[in-house]
Amino acid sequence: MPAAAATADERLATTSWPARMMRRPEVGAAVAAFIIFVFFSTTTDAFLTVGGASTWLESSAQFGIMAVAVALLMIGGEFDLSAGAMVGTTGLIVGVLATRLAVNIWVAVLVALVAAALIGMLNGWLVVRTRLPSFIVTLGTFFVLQGINLAGTKLVTGQVSVQGFSSVAGFYNARWVFGSSTQFGGFTLQISVMWWLLFTAVATWVLLRTRPGNWIFAIGGDENSARQVGVPVTRTKIGLFMTTALAAWLVGMLQLFKTSTVQASTGVGQEFIYIICAVVGGCLLTGGYGSAIGAALGALIYGMTLQGIVFAQWDNNWLKAFLGVMLLGAVLVNNWIRQHAEVRK
Amino acid sequence: MTAEEDQTSEEDSQPGSQSSAPSALLPSGASVGEVPGPAGEAPKLPGAHECIIEVQSLGKSYGSIIALRDVSTTVKAGEVTCILGDNGAGKSTLIKILAGVHESSEGVFKVDGIVRRMGGPRDALALGIATVYQDLAVVPLMPIWRNFFLGSEPTRGRGPSRRLDSAVMKRITRSELLKMGIDLRDVDQPIGTLSGGERQSVAIARAVYFGARVLILDEPTAALGVKQAGIVLRYIAQARDRGLGVVFITHNPHHAYPVGDRFLVLKRGRSLGESEKKDITIEQLTTLMAGGDELDALAQELRRA
Ligand SMILES: Nc1ncnc2c1ncn2[C@@H]1O[C@H](COP(=O)(O)OP(=O)(O)O)[C@@H](O)[C@H]1O
Ligand SMILES: [Mg+2]
Repeated sequence: MPAAAATADERLATTSWPARMMRRPEVGAAVAAFIIFVFFSTTTDAFLTVGGASTWLESSAQFGIMAVAVALLMIGGEFDLSAGAMVGTTGLIVGVLATRLAVNIWVAVLVALVAAALIGMLNGWLVVRTRLPSFIVTLGTFFVLQGINLAGTKLVTGQVSVQGFSSVAGFYNARWVFGSSTQFGGFTLQISVMWWLLFTAVATWVLLRTRPGNWIFAIGGDENSARQVGVPVTRTKIGLFMTTALAAWLVGMLQLFKTSTVQASTGVGQEFIYIICAVVGGCLLTGGYGSAIGAALGALIYGMTLQGIVFAQWDNNWLKAFLGVMLLGAVLVNNWIRQHAEVRK
Repeated sequence: MTAEEDQTSEEDSQPGSQSSAPSALLPSGASVGEVPGPAGEAPKLPGAHECIIEVQSLGKSYGSIIALRDVSTTVKAGEVTCILGDNGAGKSTLIKILAGVHESSEGVFKVDGIVRRMGGPRDALALGIATVYQDLAVVPLMPIWRNFFLGSEPTRGRGPSRRLDSAVMKRITRSELLKMGIDLRDVDQPIGTLSGGERQSVAIARAVYFGARVLILDEPTAALGVKQAGIVLRYIAQARDRGLGVVFITHNPHHAYPVGDRFLVLKRGRSLGESEKKDITIEQLTTLMAGGDELDALAQELRRA
């Protein structure tokens, strides 16, 4: 039918390349990141130097890994408020095992990994089983972990931190994986930045190109529909909570091996920053929409601002105000996008 | 647990071969082995007018509420069985039993002449009984092509490089919809941007593509305007012409009569009788639905007013 084909082609042409780009969830974050980059590059001297760039990239990296994991979870329609505390938990497990119980460092790292996976699984299982909002379930896990982190650390070490890693055998080997850096001229590339890029790339691949990625969008967009067409909802959800927990483990290791110390309060209060980064990156709070690259850009915005404010020698507290404005702006933009994507009868 | 077990290893299926409803195209998890009873054979496409589903004296109670009592009907290949009735008549209850969502409390449920007990919707799917619910089971924010294959996505590559075969997915979505007479500008747009009738049609096309022999539609025209309803009725006729048995639920005799071959009227959970099209006129059907005497009384009342 030549006539039909011709009309189809003509109508196809209306969704041009820029229009397709605008459909992507991360467009807003990319524009915002660019503006902030230009702003601090022009208003401060240190920001655009190699040393400055090393600093804000590293600062973005650890938030970025968590933000990407949290974004996957949010696209799947859930939250994890225990993600921050879990970063501390994994570090403390390694710290106590390696420094107090003389467990091999690699074994300790592995034990922390398994522990994180189990906590993630428990989070997911509780959410699926009880059908309670994950907000409440993981708020519970958050308090439990926070309590264990503080009380447990005090009990074992008598302090609120674990130290003494330099005497642990094999510490510097493990450090190569989690805490090393490479020099390019004056530019210090932290290995955490590499982990961040890798994690973002893998998450993007999974989300857009694989079956589990399709299921994540589906269960966040309409769980009932997803179940009706045979999407394994329970398994996908538990997998998402475990992914978040594994990201927390990775960040816990990155922090531990970079600083050679773990504070009992590590990660507490950061869970909302991860969520904000994901939302700034285009994730809907209601689920079913968002992107891993967007969340990584959200973290980049946060990291650049965090360091930019230091370089500009402003009061640190401006960061909070900035964060609030970004969040509100992002939510408004996202809502608008959603309405235009969904409603048209 | 891995994603492996949900896999349909369906590579590049040929558009145009769907009328033969290959069992390899059944949705994930629709493995025939899950079906209780003497099953094990893949669903075959029966000849036209062959009986696929036969139910006798079905009854269903929810606790003390009797939602359905002594209902019998048949669904034949290439024919449309209409189930009519007012709100609360038990239409949804009946089709939920057919779809495997609920088990009947009484009665016999035969598929291909064999008595079955459905353990869930997947058992029904495995037998080729697909249901398009009122909410359509689509995810509004996802693109049409992702919705079309949701839960049964074809993949290519092995191991970590295993990925959605998006080119094939888009092409099949496009051609399947074209077969139903829907010419979409862009299968990449969110399905939520389609009109109600179009969304309904995508859901129907999906069920047909994935090897349905029986298509159950729960009030597909209820929320639609006259024109949109007409479009959906046309798709029902098309599915019928492709050899599917269709169960069409509606409370509107004017929607049922033009496409239906058989009409089952329910009232308060009971059957008011089943008629072949040749045995009933649309006026009789309307009267039957409204409860005969009641409608006459109403007509009288209105005339006087
Ligand atoms: N899950 C349920 N629990 C209790 N009662 C139900 C349930 N589902 C339906 N019913 C009752 O069964 C009767 C038939 O309902 P339904 O089959 O949904 O009717 P219809 O689809 O024809 O409007 C109604 O009286 C309804 O209240
Ligand atoms: Mg109903």
